[in-house]
Amino acid sequence: MAKKIPVSMTINGRLVEEMVEPRLLLIHFIREQLALTGTHIGCDTSHCGACTVDLDGMSVKSCTRFAVQADGSTITTIEGMAAPDGTLHALQEGFRMMHGLQCGFCTPGMIMRAHRLLQENPDPTEEEIRFGIAGNLCRCTGYQNIVKAIQYAAAKLNGTPFVEAAE
Amino acid sequence: MIPGSFQYHRPTTVADAVRLLADLGEDARPLAGGHSLIPMMKLRMATPEHLVDLAAIAELKGIRHAGASIVIGAMTTQKELIASDLLTSALPIIRETSLLIADPQVRYCGTIGGNVANGDPGNDMPGVMMALDASYQIAGSAGTREVKARDFYFGAYFTALEPGEMVTAVSVPVPPAGHGAAYEKLKRKIGDYATAAAAVVLTKQGGRIAQASITLTNVGQTALLAEDAMAAVRGTSLGPDVLARAAAAAEAITDPASDGRGPAAYRTKVAGIMVRRALERAFARAAG
Repeated sequence: MAKKIPVSMTINGRLVEEMVEPRLLLIHFIREQLALTGTHIGCDTSHCGACTVDLDGMSVKSCTRFAVQADGSTITTIEGMAAPDGTLHALQEGFRMMHGLQCGFCTPGMIMRAHRLLQENPDPTEEEIRFGIAGNLCRCTGYQNIVKAIQYAAAKLNGTPFVEAAE
Repeated sequence: MIPGSFQYHRPTTVADAVRLLADLGEDARPLAGGHSLIPMMKLRMATPEHLVDLAAIAELKGIRHAGASIVIGAMTTQKELIASDLLTSALPIIRETSLLIADPQVRYCGTIGGNVANGDPGNDMPGVMMALDASYQIAGSAGTREVKARDFYFGAYFTALEPGEMVTAVSVPVPPAGHGAAYEKLKRKIGDYATAAAAVVLTKQGGRIAQASITLTNVGQTALLAEDAMAAVRGTSLGPDVLARAAAAAEAITDPASDGRGPAAYRTKVAGIMVRRALERAFARAAG
């Protein structure tokens, strides 16, 4: 076993300083060492996007990155999205209002990916949303309501009325 | 899936990285975006004892003009390639290809250096770099050298890189203004490698093709330079008979595996179709 080395990063606004084995994957660090289990392990092969977290302005599949690579970074996970008083983030509200989930397994990754997408493109077209979440798989919804949930959140964040597209 | 144990190194200069790679020898692997290597390590198909992370080496980043070429640092990500105004105007095929690689999350991490140096025949950039006649800048303990993309690939995961060497940059000669280029890739789904893909870079003069480069992706042990297809289109205005001849010439050099993407004969046929589509689109885009 290789020697543990120190890492420090800011996760959901909290400075975290831990010792990690180099082979520890970021997802295992987040879930097991920090006990933040909102981020899910889906395929474990960097296809499904369930493990997506926001890392230094990038959407990253945390199953395909070592914790040591994230040393010095700033990370947001699904636990960091709602306000401290529990008020849902616009994306969380959108997924709830638009029924953007069924089993909910993909939802943390979807929301974290959509969060970065809306930072980069605050008013995306439907096509841009679909291209933007192409790295996240959902086996329940058929994506229709996920797209609506992101449109709902974009409208709310932009202060514009949300108009649901006709089916 | 838990990778095997390894020691982690994070040099901040190319000189330090090269020294580490030379000292540690075959037990060490450079780590770029990690989206090829880490999955292989999780499957224990790769078990390096040392990882040399290149992420902290500032000199491996960036896109800049150097004379008649554009030099792209090896650690430049696909996301950065897509966002580059310089590439969008001077080498739009690089942006077009980058958008077809993997998915958004992977493109934040995946690098041009990793894509060209890994030697995976499924990677998209080797064929594009061969079509553009790019060169790779390589650093090793014996110094630096430059190898043309067309001379770099020997077989699947078998390249001109010697042990202890690494690609530091990709140098792309800027094609003349008014050139036309296109990358056509058929894939089963977002994130998949190509069933077959083709890159075309051409120039036109008086409505006829003056120069053309055509390459194929993922239908052989390496990306392939389709020289007979190139000869078939040169001097023509790309009529239906010429397109058919070029597609047939390209199909003739393929040797794909039968796999989940389809039987070999199908993938060969798809390669021909990708060549037709890329030729037509590059031709329509070219001025002259």
